[in-house]
Amino acid sequence: MTCKAAVIVFPGSNCDRDCVRSFEAVTGLKANLVWHKETSLPNYDFIILPGGFSYGDYLRCGAIARFSPVLSEVKRLADRGRYILGICNGFQILTEARLLPGALLRNHGLKYLCRDVYLRVETSQSPFTSSYKNGQIIRLPISHGEGSYSLNPRELNTLNDQDRVVFRYASAGGTVGETSSPNGSQESIAGIINRERNVLGLMPHPERLAEADLGGLDGRPLFESVLAALGGQA
Amino acid sequence: MNPSPWSEHNLTAEEYSKIIALMGREPNHLELALFGVMWSEHCGYKNSKAQLKKFPTQGPQVLQGPGENAGVVDLGGNLACAFKMESHNHPSAIEPYQGAATGVGGIIRDIFAMGARPIASLNSLRFGDIEQSRTRHLLHGVVAGIGGYGNCIGIPTVGGEVFFHPSFHGNPLVNAMCLGILKSDRIFRGQAAGIDNIVMLVGARTGRDGIKGASFASEELSDSDPDKRPNVQVGDPFMEKLLLEATLEILEKNLVVGLQDLGAAGLTSSGAEMAGRAGNGLYMDLEKVPLREEGLTPWEMMLSESQERMLLVVEPDKAESVRQVFAKWDLLAADIGRVTDDGNFTLRLHGEIVAQVSASYLTDEVPVYIREQKEPAYYLKNKKADLSAVNKCGDLTKLLKALLASPNLCRKAWVYEQYDHMVGLNTVIRPGGDAAVLRLPESVKGLALSVDCNSRFVYLDPYLGGALAVAEAALNVAAVGARPLAITNCLNFGNPENPEIYWQFVQATDGLAEAAEILETPVTGGNVSFYNEYDGRAIFPTPTVGMVGLLENLADRLTVDFKDFGDLIYLLGHSFEELGASEAHYFLTERDEGPVPRVNLPFIKSLCRFLEKAAKSKLLKSAHDVADGGLAVALAESAMAGDKGISAEWSGPLTAGAALFGESSGRVIVSLEEKYQKRFLELLNDFSVPAVLLGRVTGRDISIKYNDRAISAPLLEIKKAWTEALAALAAF
Repeated sequence: MTCKAAVIVFPGSNCDRDCVRSFEAVTGLKANLVWHKETSLPNYDFIILPGGFSYGDYLRCGAIARFSPVLSEVKRLADRGRYILGICNGFQILTEARLLPGALLRNHGLKYLCRDVYLRVETSQSPFTSSYKNGQIIRLPISHGEGSYSLNPRELNTLNDQDRVVFRYASAGGTVGETSSPNGSQESIAGIINRERNVLGLMPHPERLAEADLGGLDGRPLFESVLAALGGQA
Repeated sequence: MNPSPWSEHNLTAEEYSKIIALMGREPNHLELALFGVMWSEHCGYKNSKAQLKKFPTQGPQVLQGPGENAGVVDLGGNLACAFKMESHNHPSAIEPYQGAATGVGGIIRDIFAMGARPIASLNSLRFGDIEQSRTRHLLHGVVAGIGGYGNCIGIPTVGGEVFFHPSFHGNPLVNAMCLGILKSDRIFRGQAAGIDNIVMLVGARTGRDGIKGASFASEELSDSDPDKRPNVQVGDPFMEKLLLEATLEILEKNLVVGLQDLGAAGLTSSGAEMAGRAGNGLYMDLEKVPLREEGLTPWEMMLSESQERMLLVVEPDKAESVRQVFAKWDLLAADIGRVTDDGNFTLRLHGEIVAQVSASYLTDEVPVYIREQKEPAYYLKNKKADLSAVNKCGDLTKLLKALLASPNLCRKAWVYEQYDHMVGLNTVIRPGGDAAVLRLPESVKGLALSVDCNSRFVYLDPYLGGALAVAEAALNVAAVGARPLAITNCLNFGNPENPEIYWQFVQATDGLAEAAEILETPVTGGNVSFYNEYDGRAIFPTPTVGMVGLLENLADRLTVDFKDFGDLIYLLGHSFEELGASEAHYFLTERDEGPVPRVNLPFIKSLCRFLEKAAKSKLLKSAHDVADGGLAVALAESAMAGDKGISAEWSGPLTAGAALFGESSGRVIVSLEEKYQKRFLELLNDFSVPAVLLGRVTGRDISIKYNDRAISAPLLEIKKAWTEALAALAAF
């Protein structure tokens, strides 16, 4: 099969090599690092915008990265149905670039937070989550200072109506409530997908828990799902 | 004419005379400024050099000892690690966020200057009484600064320690350690080799920030210090991320002869040191230094401590390739000079020489002072203390709960969760255990890292305290199953011109040296920070030890948490009637007193080797070093980490206070499956390690009985108090 995966390297990306390593460990396929000044990515089926601090993010996270040369190509590929995954800073960039709705605000505790959280998989109806079960509780790390998801009520209704909230922060027991979000996200939202269901953004880091040595495997099914969607075997 | 031109540069009249004798003439203002920073304690180690020579620095594992940007040790299989620790105390006292951030940035540059990719940071922090709002301000700022820099550049902060005590009021300690991985045959050094090679300044532009930071670090602090804010550098982790990637790229492509980061004393120290190491000279054309603003004088350029800069020495035919790499990362790379054969450090402005000094005068002729020493009166007085408070405490359950919710023993997640401790996908044991463990690329091996020092021990008995810092660090690394390899240190003391402080310094470093020798963990580098005083009061002396250990196989690693109901719990090592200098005694009395626990270094070594062997043989389920707070606290920590209760009951000759809360050194609690008991006891015997069976992992309570005293509490209740304490204490 031909799955060609690219991980975009912005000048302040720092999870770029992690994404390559994790994707390759899970799928056995190769992923390439692609410099953000590239303007053409003709042969890639799967593109990851990794975590980090693109351009330092001294302004709003992702606010400068959205002007990177590669972003117009990412938009073009998104329109053509290729799979785009934004993790953490990648999610922030996708919202800044309006490929996904909403914004990521400062955590409500005003502190950077790096810890494992529990998530409820809200839908397995996506190329990124088909290997999870609906309602499955998984554990993944977050590591961000600006992860509080915010969206106006009308669009939020639309997201819910269209089954586009993909992950919600939950308690270890699986309940989603007022206190289950570590960062103050509206409706405990941790990850969302676009209407065409080929662009996913999430704040937690699936690439960080995809190998047993690192203390968990709950990130694996995400990459396995993509592989399956592309016609490969997990 | 200023009658004493030296005083402006923090030099003495004698030092000025020595400079004239060396140069054969009076130095001009700029030349004198070069001497001022290079002969400061911070750069020249004039008060500490004689003592530092006592450290063992050799060993088969050492590929690079002290004197370079960082030490390097061999990990086998052509892998090596570069590591070092440095202080950024004074800047953090004045401007905690930037002070701490640039401390992290500086030590990271030291690591990639060796050609290593940094993979982990640690830190050791000391603050005053947390009840004081000034302390909380510093705590919030320092932690946010460390996180702000490390998180952005993408190097995980995997471990550290935090200790609160009034002696650190106004003068916190911020010691940052970084470690990187490189190929053993690809170590780069800070040498200006090759006559006529190009001297290149890369990275950020030079501004007025941090001017004379090195001199500032060599003074005491006082209330007027907010005026010194301009002395504090400002960090830009994004710039450093670009500099890191560009530098590693040119090293990978073999484009560089030598390189060094610009830290304390900026262009002055990097230029002079690189020339000095190679036995060459070099000149710089100062008009070619890229500036952040117009109008910097040569003096300002040479003393600026603007961050995120490196000095490279490049062969002329490779200069264009170097420029191209830096251009790709949108960074400046300016040719500012050449390597020369005259041994001089020469500064020119538009062709005219504005300063010329032999590089060796700046780096090798630094005066060495062996200061007067005096044993302080407190030393003998504090040994004779009434240590009955813990035994007189009516309710030991209440004491344990209170201790676990106290600033020094509570859970530190509030701190380390503000640090990205996972980026890089190498963190196998995260913060909160005895040592952090990282996996190594393309290898089954792992690295164990720990930073340690019990400042109270060092204050009460500097010799023992220095030795105990090494012993504790070694045991922390051994408790995860690793073999202690080598150490870096950060020696934080008060004013060395005070004979009592100098006595602390000599005693503590003597103790540290002896322990490093016996435990076969050579010192590969480090840093000295004197003048840690606030309004005339010195800090508790704190020679922080950063230990690196090697796990031959990651699969053998041990963690602190109790794993399964029914497992046996043993205490290994010797326990004595030692409540002196303990956290429990201080907690109850607010007095720092009593004899410091004795240390048997050969035994510590046996215990380390036992743990390594037991881990390899897969006999143990958990291991946890017994340290601050004593045995009861260590048992509770393992129980809370595993969410499993315990039932322990044993008897012995000690008082209950000493048995449960004493801090005798060289002790570890382990748990194991009963079926391995026989092999475990045989192995203990082989290493002559004594052990006491305490009880089992069981139930949902912490239940401890020693002779006629008992502790009993629901695990959930104490875990809640332990977990939530720091956030509440730190709140404004």
